[in-house]
Amino acid sequence: MALHPTSTITDVAIIGAGPTGLFAVFELGLLGLKAVVIDVLDKPGGQCSELYPEKPIYDIPSWPVISGQELTDKLLEQIAPFTPEFRLGQLVTHLEKRADGRFTLQTSDGEMIDAGAIFIAAGAGSFAPRKPKLDGLDAFEGTSVFYAVRKRARFAGSDLVVVGGGDSALDWAIDMVGHAKSVTLMHRSDRFRAAPASVAAMRALEAEGKLRFVEGDLHALSGAAGQLDAVTIKTKAGLETLPATRLLAFFGLTIELGPIGDWGLDLADGKQIRVDTEKFQTTTPGIFAIGDINHYPGKLKLILSGFHEAALASHAAFKVVRPEEKLRFQYTTSSSELQQRLQVGDTSKAA
Amino acid sequence: MAVLHVTDRDGRNHTLEGAEGWRVMEILRDHGVGVEGICGGACDCATCHVIVAPDWAGRLHPAREDELLKLDELPAIEATSRLSCQILWEEALDGLTLTLAEVN
Repeated sequence: MALHPTSTITDVAIIGAGPTGLFAVFELGLLGLKAVVIDVLDKPGGQCSELYPEKPIYDIPSWPVISGQELTDKLLEQIAPFTPEFRLGQLVTHLEKRADGRFTLQTSDGEMIDAGAIFIAAGAGSFAPRKPKLDGLDAFEGTSVFYAVRKRARFAGSDLVVVGGGDSALDWAIDMVGHAKSVTLMHRSDRFRAAPASVAAMRALEAEGKLRFVEGDLHALSGAAGQLDAVTIKTKAGLETLPATRLLAFFGLTIELGPIGDWGLDLADGKQIRVDTEKFQTTTPGIFAIGDINHYPGKLKLILSGFHEAALASHAAFKVVRPEEKLRFQYTTSSSELQQRLQVGDTSKAA
Repeated sequence: MAVLHVTDRDGRNHTLEGAEGWRVMEILRDHGVGVEGICGGACDCATCHVIVAPDWAGRLHPAREDELLKLDELPAIEATSRLSCQILWEEALDGLTLTLAEVN
């Protein structure tokens, strides 16, 4: 693969911005290595910020209790001196080891990243929209059926059906009133997992007749050549078919292994990447796997295990990225070099 | 020995020994019948979605608000759908019968 002219060059590309990936930035940074962190979510934190931002975690050493979001925020603060570059909302679609031993990685936005080593810190895999099981769905995806709004213009003048009861569903249903020709919001119940103000705004539009709210489930899609023309919904009253040229479905996120399964790595149970316990390196030298995504005898899926693995993998990666340099093991308490990198302490004093 | 009866996603039946105080999700995961429980019981990932036999549905502790909201988010559920991470195992559940829901 030819390198894209605007490709980013870095020491290590980290796939996954969960706690393990973020802490790897720190461990690499102490060794003077720069990192680019890529994550399919639009914010750092992985499962900690996406699944349980407010739930307390009790087994982080020295933190008797910390929420998923607080842990993420603290890690971002801790790695800030190393100025990692983030590529958020992007899936790593392609990974290739080149003849010169370095790696080329491509993201879903088409960006090429040239890295000396790869850390796969992808947790349980990549988050992806949960999809309804409907016949012929594939044919409409990307033309009439969407799981997010990337181009608002695509919905102009449409008969739009929005499905879901969370903030995304309500916010977009409200936003599309006046932009789409008609807006129907459908949810299985009248319980909403959304800001009360959004529910009130939706109800107000409903009262004005500008939006229809219906309790029900998707039953079938109809149309031709990728163009949706109607959806059939199942309500308590029975089946109802309504004209629809666009469908926006918000069923939350699911986690799937994704493209990682295609990179020729040794997988345990088809889901976990086998690594050694000295370097947490995969069967491909230079590709490391840390955190929940890896597998080795005795593995425990704990955040603290991911931190430990990040430290060992970083030291091993140094030798891959800087083979000509000698790795000097130092402590942050006493090393002026590390303190300079951390931008702390009395940097005038020799180590 | 209190047991639960599980039909997995391939239609195979399993009779599993319960474990007092465990979440049903944890029992299913421990026996390797195909439940991942990615979020670890935080009622967030829905990978432990099960359909409880109708005669058992009313005998379980009712679902709380957060479980109902999560179930509402899924594209397809049944009348007796539950998230098994929200069901605590106890001896009184001996004979509980459930089917693993399709992954979605």
